[in-house]
Amino acid sequence: MDAAHSLPPATYGLLAEFDSPAQLVAAAKKTHEAGYRRIDTFSPYPIEEAWEAIGHHDKRLSKIVLAGGITGMLSGIALQEWVHNIAYPINIAGKPLNSWPQFVPVTFELTILFAAISAVLGMIILNGLPEPYHPVFNVPRFEHASRDKFFLLVESADPKFDRAKTLDFLKTLDASEINEVEP
Amino acid sequence: MIDFKPATYQPAPLIEPGHTFTSITDKIGGVVLGKYTPLSWFVVVSIGMMLMGGLGLAITWLLIKGTGIWGVNQPIGWGFAIINFVWWIGIGHAGTLISAILLLLKQGWRTSINRFAEGMTIFAVMCAGLFPLVHTGRPWLAAYWLFPYPNSMGVWPQFRSPLIWDVFAVSTYFTVSLLFWYVGLIPDLATLRDKAKSRPVKIIYGMLALGWRGSARHWQRYEHIYLLLAGLSTPLVLSVHTVVSFDFAVGIIPGWHATIFPPYFVAGAIYAGFAMVLTLAIPLRKIYGLEDFITMRHLENMGKVTLVTGLIVAYGYVSEAFFGFYSANKYEGFMIWNRMTGPYWYMYWSLIFCNIIVPQFLWIRKVRTSPLGLFAVAMVVNVGMWLERFVIVVTSLHRDFLPSSWGMYYPTIWDWMTFLGTIGLFLTLFFLFVRFLPMISIFEMRTMAPDAKLEGSEGH
Repeated sequence: MDAAHSLPPATYGLLAEFDSPAQLVAAAKKTHEAGYRRIDTFSPYPIEEAWEAIGHHDKRLSKIVLAGGITGMLSGIALQEWVHNIAYPINIAGKPLNSWPQFVPVTFELTILFAAISAVLGMIILNGLPEPYHPVFNVPRFEHASRDKFFLLVESADPKFDRAKTLDFLKTLDASEINEVEP
Repeated sequence: MIDFKPATYQPAPLIEPGHTFTSITDKIGGVVLGKYTPLSWFVVVSIGMMLMGGLGLAITWLLIKGTGIWGVNQPIGWGFAIINFVWWIGIGHAGTLISAILLLLKQGWRTSINRFAEGMTIFAVMCAGLFPLVHTGRPWLAAYWLFPYPNSMGVWPQFRSPLIWDVFAVSTYFTVSLLFWYVGLIPDLATLRDKAKSRPVKIIYGMLALGWRGSARHWQRYEHIYLLLAGLSTPLVLSVHTVVSFDFAVGIIPGWHATIFPPYFVAGAIYAGFAMVLTLAIPLRKIYGLEDFITMRHLENMGKVTLVTGLIVAYGYVSEAFFGFYSANKYEGFMIWNRMTGPYWYMYWSLIFCNIIVPQFLWIRKVRTSPLGLFAVAMVVNVGMWLERFVIVVTSLHRDFLPSSWGMYYPTIWDWMTFLGTIGLFLTLFFLFVRFLPMISIFEMRTMAPDAKLEGSEGH
């Protein structure tokens, strides 16, 4: 082991730029087939084929939202039952304290509220946002990722990554430009 | 197979041909980042701010003197506050319908109108929320009347009351609409961050964009929850006006106590909301030259939705009258007869004129495809829907069971100043939004560009 290995890698990865979504998807598929796993694509709008190509499909959010909704529902029931049976029971003409049909609207609203909040927070947290700094922003061309260009990133952390070989591989993919990403 | 469509008629496209990712981004983003502000923007915001000044004055005086400055009194204990509340909250519904329900129904034409319709929802709900808050006269006490929190008096809200359901429905609606709107904005804020030239502007949009970089992993989760939020908003929006209608329907007053109220209110809300979307969209596309994105196809489709929901509302009016007479209940029968021929007859018949007769012009394609014609119909519907709430609230209350307790309702100058003030608040907020945030979803418009098509698939 020489000293160079303990230093941080000189590059974060290689970023290939494409002009069209079709080129990006084709390139992402080939890169994934070539065995690269720490790859990502960047596009100015959602492309389902792109995340399929890099083999990403995270289904955890469905469960998070379901859990949020159930929590909301249970809190709604618990709050109203507790208020009307225990904390502040009011006897109006002998009507039952546990008048649950009248607790449905608030329970419903709280179910939706908790589910929606967990959906948004879940998305933000799983995506690791807010993340104001990311190495890809060091590439000046990257500002087009939110506008009109499509990018494919191969991270240097990928076990298969080798600066020269990966660069040669990316050159076969029809990219209009390839940039090195500074860490 | 025979094609019954007349050969001459081609619906307008959803986006004018020739647009690329770059041109879409520059056109919509340019409205926000460009230096140019149209003169009409200043005119509208000045009018809005003037009306808001009146609102500030009216609310200040209300807090000093109390609700006695308003025209409400027995027997009409619910006046402008509830009329305006229901009117505004109804307007909001079209935004959610466009952003959520049309998304689930895969209606591509929602894309260029959803963003500002959602903005309209948020600002309309803000205007609506103001009324229940100030109608308490002492809003600082409203906290423990409305929200369940452990207070030193040990009292809790009455959850069996539709008014509390309303608090939960409206506040949930506001929160979820705001979240939906913000989530939709994140990728566009990233675009503005990357496009902005000046550093402070970059920093502001950059903070709001949360560091969004368009990663495929992010997009997948994003699309996932966007669909879930649409699925959650759909029952929510239907529940909100249902709960608002319970404020009336749970009471025993003839004219309120009707099972038709929830669906009739929801249809009325969507009707009013689409009229308001048209009212805003037609001048906006003109002022900012967005005819390429908000095409005649969008306007025509909105005209069709207005016509359909208008017919549902008409059905509601007819059934109300039918129930009144068929019930053989003399109070119900009197109520509907009094609505048509009593002291407020002109309100009722103006309402029928505005909400049933005028929208029938939308059957004619010439009217549906003329911005001016649509704008005129939409304005009439806006007025009509306000009249509807006036008729429901005032004519039901002013002559109920006991002739000795009959009365009339006279709104005061403070009522009018508050109402017009909320219109000013709405206009100001809406035009500030148009200036500082993209009024059309840029990233969703990119999916409509011809370049977005992948071989062998439909694109998105």
